[in-house]
Amino acid sequence: MAKRGARGTLAAGLLMAAVLVAAALAGPVVAPYDPTVSAAPQLAEPMPPAAPFYLGTDDLGRDVLSRLLHGARISLLVGVVAMAVTVTIGTGVGLTAGYFGGAVDVLLMRCTDVMLAFPGLLLAVALVAVLRPSVWTIFVVIGLVSWTGVARVIRSEVLSLRERDFVLAARALGAGHARVLVRHVLPNTAPTIAVIAALSTSGTILLDTGLSFLGLGVPPPTPTWGRMIQEATTYYRVAPWLMLFPGLAVLFAVLTFNLIAYGLTRGGRAPAT
Amino acid sequence: MAGGCSREAGLSRETSVRYLVGRLAWALLILLGTSAITFAIVFLVPGDPARVVAGPRADAETIATVRRELGLDRPVAVQYGWYLRRLVRGDLGRSYTTRQPVTELLRRRLPATATLACAGLAVAIVVGVGGALVTAALAGGWIDRVAFLGSLALLSTPVFWLGMLALYYVAFRWRLLPLGGAGGIRHLVLPALVLGLGTGAYYARLLHTNLVAVLGLDYIRAARARGVGTVRLVAVHALRNASLPLITVVGLDLAALMNGVVLTETVFHWPGLGRLAFDAVLGLDVPVIMGTVLLSATLVVLTNVAVDLIYRLVDPRIRLR
Repeated sequence: MAKRGARGTLAAGLLMAAVLVAAALAGPVVAPYDPTVSAAPQLAEPMPPAAPFYLGTDDLGRDVLSRLLHGARISLLVGVVAMAVTVTIGTGVGLTAGYFGGAVDVLLMRCTDVMLAFPGLLLAVALVAVLRPSVWTIFVVIGLVSWTGVARVIRSEVLSLRERDFVLAARALGAGHARVLVRHVLPNTAPTIAVIAALSTSGTILLDTGLSFLGLGVPPPTPTWGRMIQEATTYYRVAPWLMLFPGLAVLFAVLTFNLIAYGLTRGGRAPAT
Repeated sequence: MAGGCSREAGLSRETSVRYLVGRLAWALLILLGTSAITFAIVFLVPGDPARVVAGPRADAETIATVRRELGLDRPVAVQYGWYLRRLVRGDLGRSYTTRQPVTELLRRRLPATATLACAGLAVAIVVGVGGALVTAALAGGWIDRVAFLGSLALLSTPVFWLGMLALYYVAFRWRLLPLGGAGGIRHLVLPALVLGLGTGAYYARLLHTNLVAVLGLDYIRAARARGVGTVRLVAVHALRNASLPLITVVGLDLAALMNGVVLTETVFHWPGLGRLAFDAVLGLDVPVIMGTVLLSATLVVLTNVAVDLIYRLVDPRIRLR
């Protein structure tokens, strides 16, 4: 019962992911207008959704649908690359701390505690200010801010894995620590990493949107969903569609990866990150 | 026999005290690390605090004077040393932009943020526990399914967007509540709901999983055999055991809640610490950045120590390390 539900959840998530990927790949081609210049004739004020602007236009006369389609690429890209950075750092720290234990473990976990004590969003804001906003900055900063949860989960998993016989066997056959870690311990954490990857993709998309909302995301003219919501704050009373559609797009993308994560864990049990 | 018992009790109290002292020492070290990292980052920001203080129209000479007065011409490590020495005396310096003492600014802004955070946390716990109880009692039914999807959707909603939707519909269209700012309880309702709902959905998922697992245990079956009703079974017998892991999560999540606080305060023009900190970061107001980060980190670290202790008090199965 729970298993069937989980499979449905996973299927729904994968289907939605396919839609997202399609939008990201084909978006700029099928977008009816240029997302960065005014498409509306003369009018320089937001127009409500009506043909030919099916999702309306913004205060500069730009087509919302076209901007959303162009934004899909950057949002998905930031989500996936920042997730890769997050998972790489987190897995590296977690594997090392859990496998070697002792002083290495204590040192790494105390560093993790320091990072956990930071107000993450403010740290990200400060780091973006240091490194100057760009797509690359966003990748790195989001990764630097959000690896701690991953490290904790992987560490606790490795703590039990390293006591298993196959590790002892590999060591007895003369394998070095690096080989044991990469060839024997790491593959056994793969199911957990898959769930973490899905969960942290939704996390990174949310964080990226938050940064954009605060005006520190990927800089213009690239249209991002978070920036579209931020720009809509001025007009939300007269032009609510300007915030409605990008918000729904973010909700769709984040929900996609949450569904995949919950589907992968079978029965809706997710590791706390 | 009796003597042995009391000696054991004395020993455990001694280990508790030692444990607490150890935890607090670590907490202090963590805060030291946090402050050092913040200080380093702030000084890497391209931009000149002296120019910010002197104002946009100051000449080079004024800027140089300001730089000397604030000690900004000294090495970062020396400045950090000065900062720590003043910190020990409870002096957090003055804001570069408003010249007000940082402690004063923090004291004025803290109540608004504390109110918002506590109200948000209360919403999250009520939604989380309530939702989990209902869905665990009805596990497998359609209400459970709908609640599962609903909680995932809430988890996936950007908090600031939820805030804008709430402002548009509840405050602007239906005119039920004020449009923002701080004031009475009516001003608090929307920000607290917006801040708490997503976290509440997360708690509900977690607690639901625990509840369903606990409901399969023998002691629950025994209670059911004794004729205990479903409501009492879930809400009393199972909840007590299932809520333990949640306590840890609430503690760990506090830092994440602060992210939500920054965004919620921005949307609702809530005059709290989150806005103060954000504006300080953008305005290069080093003392204010340091003050807010340290205060926030202190709260997070102390809460985690408290959570650890509560956890050990509530669950006798966990021994002190």
